Amino acid sequence: MTDSNKRTPLYDSHLSAGARMVPFGGWDMPVQYSGIISEVESVRTKVGIFDVSHMGRLYISGPSATEFLDWMLTGSASNLRIGRARYCMICNPVGGVIDDTIFYKLEEQNYLLIPNAGNRDAVVDWFNKWNKEKFGNACNISDKTVDTGLLAVQGPDAVSLIDELFTLGDGADPSSLRLFSSGEGTWKTGPLKGKSVFMGRTGYTGEDGFELVVDKAMLTDAWGQLVNSGTVPAGLGARDVLRLEAGLPLHGHEIDEATTPIEAGLNRFVKQSGEFIGSEVLHNQIEQGTEKKLIGLHLMGRSAPRVGYPISFEGGEIGHVTSGSYSPTLDKSIAMGYVLERYSKIGQRLQIDIRGRMTDTEVVELPFYSRPRRS
Amino acid sequence: MISDDCKYTEEHEWVKVENTEANEVLVGITDYAQDQLGDIVYLELPQTGSVVKQLDKMGEIESVKAVSDLFSPISGNVIESNSDLDDHPELVNEDPFGKGWLIRVTMTSVNELDGLMAASEYQSYIDGL
Repeated sequence: MTDSNKRTPLYDSHLSAGARMVPFGGWDMPVQYSGIISEVESVRTKVGIFDVSHMGRLYISGPSATEFLDWMLTGSASNLRIGRARYCMICNPVGGVIDDTIFYKLEEQNYLLIPNAGNRDAVVDWFNKWNKEKFGNACNISDKTVDTGLLAVQGPDAVSLIDELFTLGDGADPSSLRLFSSGEGTWKTGPLKGKSVFMGRTGYTGEDGFELVVDKAMLTDAWGQLVNSGTVPAGLGARDVLRLEAGLPLHGHEIDEATTPIEAGLNRFVKQSGEFIGSEVLHNQIEQGTEKKLIGLHLMGRSAPRVGYPISFEGGEIGHVTSGSYSPTLDKSIAMGYVLERYSKIGQRLQIDIRGRMTDTEVVELPFYSRPRRS
Repeated sequence: MISDDCKYTEEHEWVKVENTEANEVLVGITDYAQDQLGDIVYLELPQTGSVVKQLDKMGEIESVKAVSDLFSPISGNVIESNSDLDDHPELVNEDPFGKGWLIRVTMTSVNELDGLMAASEYQSYIDGL
């Protein structure tokens, strides 16, 4: 842990909740509190809370903001309605992924974009460069990451809990917001009664829930009230297991600057037409296919493959693992990785070299886990 | 938590003499080690009848987040490996000095114990980490 790592305003709250802190993306963040398995279970069966304040909050506005984002992102800003959010990629000119992000349309020509912690500076630099070179600095790119915090409340009980604590401006319950919709929530009780947070019905766990953008000055009280209301603190360890079970990519693992969203199977988050950074390569790949493909793998037993382990077929190496873990929810080991396209069919049997043990595995559909439909 | 009747390695394994006449010992990992590893999900232990050598790798232990090598604190012949851990690896988290023991060994060089840390020395060692 180096002294130069940034801390979120909740650093002391994490320590007093028993967190073990680790460096991640330039920040000291809680990797676990009670234990990864119990935290995963809390999020899958009740409700968990994550401090994800290390992720960026970039506000993009100005008369060309929509046109600018249409150029910068693989997802459309111009056909996104106000109050809605979209998941997509920020690509380089050869289609490699600089970052993946959720962005919200707050008003016409006003957006909030959430980059990953470790990529925030790269995204800001990339945006500034294009804003200057192609848009004559017509966009205002404002980094509010350190002025605010970001909390993720996730799990089957998350929405009812948020309904108990917040009301929307028009008096409606937050549960009236559909998935990938956002609004201003006002605290109904507690030390922050009457104060507002920005809430989006999104997440990174495979569960229903909200992400809340909270002013820095209110963050400790907000965390305290959410925890006192029954949310279980969960760390980055649980978050990584949850996103893997839900088949969600992690930048630096499944996607990076040398990997395209098409190779990662993220076609539905890429505009099928129009010009944007990387579009030539991506549209070509959509038509022609790709040499490698991202797959999901099941293994018998609890020993998990880890990043970089070779994947082989009949003794020949045909790919590698990008993420792997024991899955507490499925009680078996799971992994994602890249293999040559012809070995990527569901049901294909392959082997993974787990530190010298050749272990049988089978290609399965992603996601590994989908939350049950609630009646 | 540290057990006074064990000797310790810098790799956080413990060894406890169970039967002095038969040179029989139990081997496990410390409470500090299980706490650092987090939820343990899988162990690869030396099988009954195999030979372990002091401070050589004897197996692997996996938590949700990471894999670590296990090193044998002493040399000898493995007479039993804890089969309860196959289905309940969490016993190592819950009771590292008790039900979470790893292997039972007949030592071949009793004087190897002299080179290991006593409980108080191990406590100072982990306090300094």
